[in-house]
Amino acid sequence: MIIKDKAVVSDDWTILRLQENETPESASVPAGKVIVPLRMWQAQRSRLQDRSGLGVWLASNERPEDLKGDLDRFDVIAVDFPRFADGRGYSIAYNLRARLGYTGELRAIGDVLRDQLFYMQRVGFDAFAPRPDKNIYDALKGLTDFSETYQTSFDQKLPLFRRVKRDGAAGPANG
Amino acid sequence: MYKYDVYDQQIVNERVAQYRDQVQRRLSGELTEDEFRPLRLQNGLYMQIHAYMLRIAVPYGLLSSKQMRMFAHIARKYDRGYGHFTTRQNIQFNWIKLEETPDILADLASVEMHGIQTSGNCIRNITSDEFAGVAPDEIVDPRPYAEILRQWSTFHPEFAYLPRKFKIAISGAAEDRAAIAVHDIGLSAIRNAQGEIGFRVLVGGGTARTPIIGSEICDFVPWQHMLTYIESIMRVYNQYGRRDNMYKSRIKILVKALGIEEFRRQVEADWADIKGGPGTLTVEEVKRVAEYFAPPGYEVSAEKDPALDLFKEQNKAFADWMQRNVRPHKMPGYAAVLLSLKKTGVAPGDVTADQMDRIADMADRYSFGELRATHKQNLVLADVKQSDLVSLWKEASAHGLATPNIGLLTDMICCPGADFCTLAFARSIPLAKMISDRFDRADFLHDIGEIELNMSGCVNACGHNHVGHIGIIGVDKKDGGEWYQVSIGGAQGNQAAIGKILGPSFNFQQMPEVIDRILQVYLRERLEEEPFIDTVRRIGVEPFKEWVYATPIEADDSVDKTNYGFMEKPDHYTVQRKSRL
Repeated sequence: MIIKDKAVVSDDWTILRLQENETPESASVPAGKVIVPLRMWQAQRSRLQDRSGLGVWLASNERPEDLKGDLDRFDVIAVDFPRFADGRGYSIAYNLRARLGYTGELRAIGDVLRDQLFYMQRVGFDAFAPRPDKNIYDALKGLTDFSETYQTSFDQKLPLFRRVKRDGAAGPANG
Repeated sequence: MYKYDVYDQQIVNERVAQYRDQVQRRLSGELTEDEFRPLRLQNGLYMQIHAYMLRIAVPYGLLSSKQMRMFAHIARKYDRGYGHFTTRQNIQFNWIKLEETPDILADLASVEMHGIQTSGNCIRNITSDEFAGVAPDEIVDPRPYAEILRQWSTFHPEFAYLPRKFKIAISGAAEDRAAIAVHDIGLSAIRNAQGEIGFRVLVGGGTARTPIIGSEICDFVPWQHMLTYIESIMRVYNQYGRRDNMYKSRIKILVKALGIEEFRRQVEADWADIKGGPGTLTVEEVKRVAEYFAPPGYEVSAEKDPALDLFKEQNKAFADWMQRNVRPHKMPGYAAVLLSLKKTGVAPGDVTADQMDRIADMADRYSFGELRATHKQNLVLADVKQSDLVSLWKEASAHGLATPNIGLLTDMICCPGADFCTLAFARSIPLAKMISDRFDRADFLHDIGEIELNMSGCVNACGHNHVGHIGIIGVDKKDGGEWYQVSIGGAQGNQAAIGKILGPSFNFQQMPEVIDRILQVYLRERLEEEPFIDTVRRIGVEPFKEWVYATPIEADDSVDKTNYGFMEKPDHYTVQRKSRL
């Protein structure tokens, strides 16, 4: 189960994480819908590119620009949060969406917790795989903690000061 | 000052609700302490030695009398009757119970306050010049830009989990009073040749383990581009700042590693995509926010009261106070007044609940109901009629807030130190007290004149020791004892500099004699009217070093140790450090 488009849905993707004895060149990709590590996509591109049902995931120290030109080959791109305190994934998502123009499913994986979901959806994630030991319905609540935001990000193209007429020192704004 | 509109209020109210739920989940065990820690930290809640400490944001140091009364209420209801103003213009309460924190934040929200981003690896409360809007040397009032930055940085989704904490300071006067050179980003609001407003941007300044003066990344960012330019700095830092070693994770280390030219290149490459985009500030928004900071209803006819000079002549204590604690104002007939929170015997920055109420009364009576907190841990009444100075002085004196020591040796900057903080290696408050006691002679202090003595209990340098004319820092020694390293020649402001370390460290009881010897060299070497820092700059560190280490320093046995023992620890808190909730 994952959260996608603000709802809990079933999920048939497998996230492939290389084991210690595997290399991006040699590891094999099982049948079915698989999200492979970026390094594996780079190493086995010719073998993988015609496959249907392919996704790729980025580690927090990897660069989204490495996928430039290939974005429409994937049904899903995932970004891994090795620890929830590692905030690089937020900039990776923002760059994927805002700079590289990726429009498909963007999924947060790894140490994904309820209290980070609001920020994650703002920078462009539309799918979340909360840590398996957490209640996914509970995590869903994290998406609605706030009903307003000040600054622009991927989800909100205009900052608050361009979106609404705000009160000034003279009192409530008109209209 | 700025007032919340429906959006600001809604966001803060929703934060209280979110936090209340998080505390509930922590208490029920659903959240582990590791998971809860960053959530509480981003609301200003730290765990200290005896209890939780709650740090409340005072945006760019500005607060109303109503907010000050709320602090008094919090001090009485949830704490032990006092609060502590910090070196970042915030206030903190030291004896807080976790279960009560949601109610405290709800109380604060009712007066447009919060603890948002006063801790954690995010963009912290923006700090600024305590004389903003009233200083005669002001070029641009920084407060509207500070407020715009406050809103922009509040819950910025991309920059809530940075490699490390991030501090922005903004100044708009000829003299920098916001220590912008030792911040992650320092902004200096200026006007170009065409009279347009923009910002000189410094990046990568800081203290702590790697004290360093910020580098200029841009000499003029037009005001419209302030937010997008800073966004690009943040994005480069978020992606490339080190996360493997917390001591090397501040932006200054990244800037140093890349070099300012390469760092600038990366920032400008990122900025090229967003410059001029929707994040660009509008004339309307700046105007809207600036209106909140319009000058209050000054009496144009306010004249200098002739009785003032007369009173000054007759009353030495008042004259001293006028000289040290009263500053010029851009409006004729007005003055800015510093309330000293550095009375000898009181921990620097501490204020009791009763004092808070009296301070709020004074703000209402004499200064349009507003106050400012300074990064040197004093308070300012910024808009006082000169004809009110005598009565204000009398009132402030009656409440222990008129010590005429602003800028003098006893006006020390001091972190909470090992009495409260789990990070500290050594105590700072009792040391500040011991030094104050030793030199608490008005004539001597006034003779020494302008000097900044800054003190921190550890390498994190919350007490700004590196930029103190004299800096004291608690150091870690294997014997577990309390040892202090002393530096001199540091400075804040336009001639910001990092102090030079004198030599091997000293123990607690040697410290007053060390300070005494440093002052002896100054008194011996100074030219007429020359302040301490200028003497240090002229003659260098060597003469001080020679004299301080010339003969062994005996621990001063005349000192009554019981006076300077650890602060009282109550029974119902035990030192359990990380094991507590």
